[in-house]
Amino acid sequence: MVKLMKRKELEQHLQELDGFSKPKILLEQYETRAHIAACMLHTIESAYGDLCGKTVLDLGCGCSVLGVGSVLLGASYVLGVDIDEEALKISTSNINQFELNEVDLLHTDVKILPLLLRGTQKFDTVVMNPPFGTKHNKGLDSLFLEIGLQCLSDKGVLYSLHKSSTRDYFHRKAPSWKVEARVLAELRYDLPATYKFHNKTSVDIEVDFWRFEKKN
Amino acid sequence: MKLLTHNILTSKCLKGVTVGYPLGIVCHTQAKEVKVNEVEFNPEFISRMIQKVDWPALCKAAENLGHSDDLPPAVVDDYENNEEFLKKAHHFLMEIEVINGDLICPETGRKFPVTDGIPNMLANEDEV
Repeated sequence: MVKLMKRKELEQHLQELDGFSKPKILLEQYETRAHIAACMLHTIESAYGDLCGKTVLDLGCGCSVLGVGSVLLGASYVLGVDIDEEALKISTSNINQFELNEVDLLHTDVKILPLLLRGTQKFDTVVMNPPFGTKHNKGLDSLFLEIGLQCLSDKGVLYSLHKSSTRDYFHRKAPSWKVEARVLAELRYDLPATYKFHNKTSVDIEVDFWRFEKKN
Repeated sequence: MKLLTHNILTSKCLKGVTVGYPLGIVCHTQAKEVKVNEVEFNPEFISRMIQKVDWPALCKAAENLGHSDDLPPAVVDDYENNEEFLKKAHHFLMEIEVINGDLICPETGRKFPVTDGIPNMLANEDEV
């Protein structure tokens, strides 16, 4: 058994990854900051052992910060899925930079993903930092979650980040999705002023780190 | 694209397609378009994957890439303790990569291009 990398060390590695060169507002492309990604992934592995030796789906992978981090913590296979070709190019370069051969990428619309996957071959773990579902994307956060759950194996677990303002909504929805839902932590997402409509240099938003476990 | 990824993918998103599996693989010029990367061998993981993968589809993919003679046609009974078999499965599932080519829907012939190792499975609105 390989010793689990320290969170700080993971964060330093993830800081070396490239982010979006020209973020697209319609896709709500916010980078998963190294600090938040490291907190998420380290908790997933140290508290639940849901990465090491697992198949992992990185849904809406963007620059693959979560996917690369998953492999660094021992994931055996990661599939990163994104609709944006440029994000996938940055992903490829990030994956190559770490010389990782465990990650594959798929260029598609997350909405049709469940139909693209063969029924019996679903994922042990889904990790995602989906669009927050604001502005032009109302409801996209919830849709990503439902799609992610459909891509999970029977005993699979999904980890995600959502705005804290949606907490009650997801708690109410959980029974109909047949999942046990828990907020593991409340994080402050330090959103740099990526887009022109952000007039301060950075905005903190409150984000929940969720764990959704399938109930059978 | 690993053959493990290929083993997962279907074209069932397309209108009128009922199974859409397995997708054919065509490489433009074989020599350059398939790569072999070294991936750490994890026997427990591969044993677990063998229970999930569609073995005939893996054989067919290997055949499409001109490697069929190296892969046993069926999963052997004692695969969990058969290191030679597990290593072969590992090599085909995890190490062989399709870099450039097409994935082909078995029912409609629709091509999904693979470019720099990334399959493009986007479909137009009128196709789904």
